[in-house]
Amino acid sequence: MARVFLKNVTKIYDKGVVAVKDANIDIQDKEFVVLVGPSGCGKSTTLRMIAGLEEVSEGEIYIGDRLVNHVQPKDRDIAMVFQNYALYPHMTVYENMAFGLKLRKFPKAEIEKRVREAARILGLEEFLDRKPKALSGGQRQRVAVGRAIVRKPQVFLFDEPLSNLDAKLRVQMRAEISKLHNRLETTMVYVTHDQVEAMTMGDRIVVMKDGVVQQIDTPLNLYNYPKNKFVAGFIGSPAMNFLQGTIDRDDGLQFVTDGMKLRIPDRFAKALEAYLGKTVVLGIRPEDIYGKEDAPALSQAAQADARVEVVEPMGNEIIVYLATGPNSMIARLSPRIDPKVGASLPLILDMNKSHFFDPKTENAILDKRNLN
Amino acid sequence: MAKSNSRRDPIYMTVLIYAILIIVTVVTVYPIIRVIGISLRPGDMLHTTSLRLIPENATFDSYRQLFTEQPFLRWLLNSTLVSFTVTVIGVSLASTAGYAFSRYRFIGRDFGMIALITTQMFPVTMLLLPLFLMLLHLKIYDTFLGLVIAYSATALPFCIWQMKGYYDTIPVSLEEAARIDGCTQWQTFYLVVLPLAAPALVITALFSFMAAWSEYLVAAVLINDNSLYTLPIGLKQFQSAFDTQWGLYSAGAVVVSIPVMILFLLLSRWLVSGLTLGSVKG
Repeated sequence: MARVFLKNVTKIYDKGVVAVKDANIDIQDKEFVVLVGPSGCGKSTTLRMIAGLEEVSEGEIYIGDRLVNHVQPKDRDIAMVFQNYALYPHMTVYENMAFGLKLRKFPKAEIEKRVREAARILGLEEFLDRKPKALSGGQRQRVAVGRAIVRKPQVFLFDEPLSNLDAKLRVQMRAEISKLHNRLETTMVYVTHDQVEAMTMGDRIVVMKDGVVQQIDTPLNLYNYPKNKFVAGFIGSPAMNFLQGTIDRDDGLQFVTDGMKLRIPDRFAKALEAYLGKTVVLGIRPEDIYGKEDAPALSQAAQADARVEVVEPMGNEIIVYLATGPNSMIARLSPRIDPKVGASLPLILDMNKSHFFDPKTENAILDKRNLN
Repeated sequence: MAKSNSRRDPIYMTVLIYAILIIVTVVTVYPIIRVIGISLRPGDMLHTTSLRLIPENATFDSYRQLFTEQPFLRWLLNSTLVSFTVTVIGVSLASTAGYAFSRYRFIGRDFGMIALITTQMFPVTMLLLPLFLMLLHLKIYDTFLGLVIAYSATALPFCIWQMKGYYDTIPVSLEEAARIDGCTQWQTFYLVVLPLAAPALVITALFSFMAAWSEYLVAAVLINDNSLYTLPIGLKQFQSAFDTQWGLYSAGAVVVSIPVMILFLLLSRWLVSGLTLGSVKG
């Protein structure tokens, strides 16, 4: 059990490419932290630095209280599950799982006990004598996880472990890894590019982009209080809608864009005063847009009309692609609404849930967490 | 499977393909059968023009002579010793050097790779004189050591490339997994990488062995001492300016090829592709 602490960690590759820039990540003991971001954002590099597979260019990494910058991977007391499983093909499932323990000179009986236990937890008992090539993708991934858990390491590292599995299996393994975390109570660091995986599994999520940590927070805080436009757009599916417009004053402050005038709640006014007459980006999530006929009573509702372009019925909801002037939006509406493609649809926007971003810095203008 | 079933060649193509296969087989196999036939001929029938594969009055006389009246066993021992040493050197150096070239980035790596391949461009005849002079200066001319060095030097570049190419196909994540599992660099190499490189190792071993076992020219130049003769030079002794002892020659050739055949049979089960199957997705 251990805390993992990255202090001002930077990774610069040979040719001067900066993969990770000044990352500060403090992972608590027993915490499940997910590193998420688009490909090339430095999340895997960060994980590999924790594992010791990449050298740290600058900064310090601690596992427990120990500075591990120059500690060999085998001496860091970690286990890692790879995206491509990385099973030893010349060994049976049993040997694959026992390999790490054998190298560490565990007594035979103890190895047997641990491997059997892991196999039982992961449902691999009947496959112990098989070679990896005789297993399905899901089973191989289980063996890779088994190889990690028999070692009882201080920290588990997962590098996109589910991205090679089909959608159904992925959902199933996702729940299994979460269960495993509850059962083992070990620190886990998990890398994925899939924000759904991040949201559903992580105690906290580290959002990265271009080698820079954007925000570290719990899934719900990231969803409700994104620090910048990137985080706002990355977390949530379908992604948040962004509309560019100006702030002007009528009765109170309002956001004006082609075809829409949206009244801004008074409690946002103070922070937005500074942007009066200037351009801002409004962010609103698809789920905060309602069809007028089916809208709940909202304290800060704004009305708008939009043309329906595409309708995707999902059963429990309908995803509607809308156009208002030059802007396009996605709304997640109740199935009771029956929008017709090409027709105009009256909408209600829950402005309490809206976000505002500076168009240049892309940072959030409102500190919504402290407003509420 | 489905593909070969669905593809039906027209009958004339099938006939053509089989005809070509039969011709090639005959061309390949006939000389071997001929040599076996000649080795079985009694001494007075060596120059017969009979085309019978198994001669009349077939006899193992030539084989008996080979082992009892000629120093054939000595040559066999010499060749075995030299070939085995070259194989051990080839496998151990090529497997490690190939690994370094495949996995590490070091100064001189690219130059080293090019230099190795360049040496393969020169025919052995061109290397004979410098080799001869070097061994003479090192005072290992006319010794097994000299011969082993010469053979290893000519076989190694190909073997290193061959091993390097195979290591390149083994996913690095396997080694990373091993390092995290607790392997030192050396353990990663021999517990994980080397077992997976078995097919390449077998090729390397066979190539090194053959390079020494059936080599004539270099041995003829570098070895003078009768007691150090290897099989190819030894067999040449049956051929003189006026007469060639074809019976002994053929019997010798047959015996020489047996160990190679056994080696191929023993090692062929390792010559299977797909040893890394199932290790990684992709």
